[in-house]
Amino acid sequence: MDMLAGKVKVTSQTLGSNMNPTDFVDRPIRLTARDVTVHYGPKQALHGISIDIPDRAVTSFIGPSGCGKSTFLRCINRMNDTIEGAKVGGRIELDGQDIYAPDLDVVELRARIGMVFQKPNPFPKSIYENVAYGPKIHGIARNKADMDEIVISSLRKAGLFEEVKDRLNEPGTGLSGGQQQRLCIARAIAVGPEVILMDEPCSALDPIATAIIEELIDELRENYTIVIVTHSMQQAARVSQKTAFFHLGNLIEHGDTEDIFTNPVNKQTQDYIMGRIG
Amino acid sequence: MNALIIAAVLLVLLGVSYQSGFAKSRGLVTADGVKVHSRPQYHGSYSALWTMIPALAVLLLWFWFGAGITRSYTVGLLPQDVLLSLDQTGLNATLTRINALATGYGVAGEVAPYEQSAGEALRSFNFLTFAGTLVLAVLAGGAGFVYARNRISARLRARNSVERVIGLLLLACSAVAILTTVGIVASLVTEAFKFFTFINPIDFFFGTVWAPNNAGGAANPGKYGLLPLLAGTLMITAIAMLVAVPVGLMAAIYLSQYAPRQFRAVAKPFIEILAGIPTIVFGFFALVTVGPFLRDFGALLGLSVNATSALTAGVVMGIMIIPFVSSLSDDILNQVPRTLRDGAYGLGATQSETIRNVLLPAALPGIVGAFLLAVSRAIGETMIVVLASGNSPVLRGNPLEPVSTITVSIVNQLTGDTDFTGPQSLVGFALGLTLFVVTLCLNIFALYIVRRFREQYE
Repeated sequence: MDMLAGKVKVTSQTLGSNMNPTDFVDRPIRLTARDVTVHYGPKQALHGISIDIPDRAVTSFIGPSGCGKSTFLRCINRMNDTIEGAKVGGRIELDGQDIYAPDLDVVELRARIGMVFQKPNPFPKSIYENVAYGPKIHGIARNKADMDEIVISSLRKAGLFEEVKDRLNEPGTGLSGGQQQRLCIARAIAVGPEVILMDEPCSALDPIATAIIEELIDELRENYTIVIVTHSMQQAARVSQKTAFFHLGNLIEHGDTEDIFTNPVNKQTQDYIMGRIG
Repeated sequence: MNALIIAAVLLVLLGVSYQSGFAKSRGLVTADGVKVHSRPQYHGSYSALWTMIPALAVLLLWFWFGAGITRSYTVGLLPQDVLLSLDQTGLNATLTRINALATGYGVAGEVAPYEQSAGEALRSFNFLTFAGTLVLAVLAGGAGFVYARNRISARLRARNSVERVIGLLLLACSAVAILTTVGIVASLVTEAFKFFTFINPIDFFFGTVWAPNNAGGAANPGKYGLLPLLAGTLMITAIAMLVAVPVGLMAAIYLSQYAPRQFRAVAKPFIEILAGIPTIVFGFFALVTVGPFLRDFGALLGLSVNATSALTAGVVMGIMIIPFVSSLSDDILNQVPRTLRDGAYGLGATQSETIRNVLLPAALPGIVGAFLLAVSRAIGETMIVVLASGNSPVLRGNPLEPVSTITVSIVNQLTGDTDFTGPQSLVGFALGLTLFVVTLCLNIFALYIVRRFREQYE
């Protein structure tokens, strides 16, 4: 029990002194999923996931490898569309609008729901162009000055600007791993999304870079709805207010992070958190 | 027949030796109960190698020196007066006749009595030497076999010895490839130098007239200006690339990004079959179909197009290299990490935006490398241009008229009677050397670019 207590202590510290954890309980719901299933060919990867994700809070998906947490994340901005043979069933709504409706524009959806990937994946272009790419394809900036401002403010929000301001024209692939991941966050922010999905954003990073990204996620929470997949329970405890536990394609339990980690209802959740499965 | 006997004897030796080594090794395991260093297979191979190498060495020695020994023996059979009456060519002819008699091949004309007797003597000599060599080889192999059998023990490091021999064997095989390349290049260079003793290199590399005088001998060789041929080669290559690059690249993009899996599974082999069509068949296609079509189509537009022209050859060559461009580009596009594509899709880029702005720039160096490999292939291509270029080595800029290329001129200069003493035929080597240097530079440049591209993702 001591171990769990330690984790929870970290959680309340990161929440900050001026914020009470219960603030998040009343946040309006941004995303709702009902009975979401995913098949990859004949194999069923998700079995009827239903969850509500609140506005401007961090929701983390935890669970052992292959439990379907990343698969579900990729349903939220329809990235599974790009995988041949993937079939998504059920219903996901963003602000009450069905994102799998036939007349919905995927391009627009992905502009509203940004994504950061497991491995930093900057384009083989300059730092500036990496960030400017999204605004460019969506026609967000009216002129060069506009674009400069978007790029600079996105890099600032991602906490990268001070480090790269003198070399905006150098290739983004030349940055360190942690910087590359923040560049990818800046790139996602530049489009002006409402939701940011993060698929194990720190799994390829060292502890220091991880700490910086976690701090950044905590700051971004004020303006964005964030969903993060992580295989690190400590990370989920540190950065999220809501936690959902997945196992074998099922959503086992979800609720306030504090409750999940101190007082799990389900035996499997308890076992996972105690390190008995996974 | 002789070769078959030798092969059969060697195979028997090999089998016996291997089995014996194998069996003895097995015996070691059961008898002593000590840990045996190598497994029975290695002892078998060790024994087999010790048998084969001495036997093959004897055969090789006979292979190298046997012909000389037989020849001097045959010369010794000839009567003194006949020997004195013959010059070198006559002697060779007589020896050939005697050899033919000895092998029972039969000769034309009357057979002189001394020829008849020499033939019979040579026949028995040949039989004796063959049998002798074979017996010697078997004895050498047997000696090696006995030696190896005595050495086989639990301690013998047979595995290490066998591995070392296998390593040497592989080295020898790669040496064959390397030495052949070196030899070909060396002969190209020396023969080209011989050509430059007849023709000033400046006249060759910068001359604008190609008019070899094939009947003139060394005194009146004609003109050997490279530029018309180079211009023709480059023009045809450029036209070929104009055809192949857009078509091949678009096909690659469709196959790697848009095509459903089932379609790709069918289409890709089909495109690769195109690469398997012999170039001479593309040549017919140019001559019979494309040339007349271009001529008629030109007439429709009021242009006079020759049926055999740079355009015809270039278009058909372009079709021929489409599979190179598309197959290589397809591989390179598939090498671009999926995460990059996901990154673009995740920002809301459409498929074509992702391809244009992310995939192609990332793959560009590799694709350029693929193009350069296709160019060097086009420059060296022969059969299509022989049939379809019109073979008119005149310096001109109009692709609708006949041209000639370096490869076509090599074919022209080296077909028919050639003795490789005058510039008329030696020029082939100078042209070949030029072609070799150009394609080598292109290939090195292309590989350099492709390698730089690979490093980007590692």
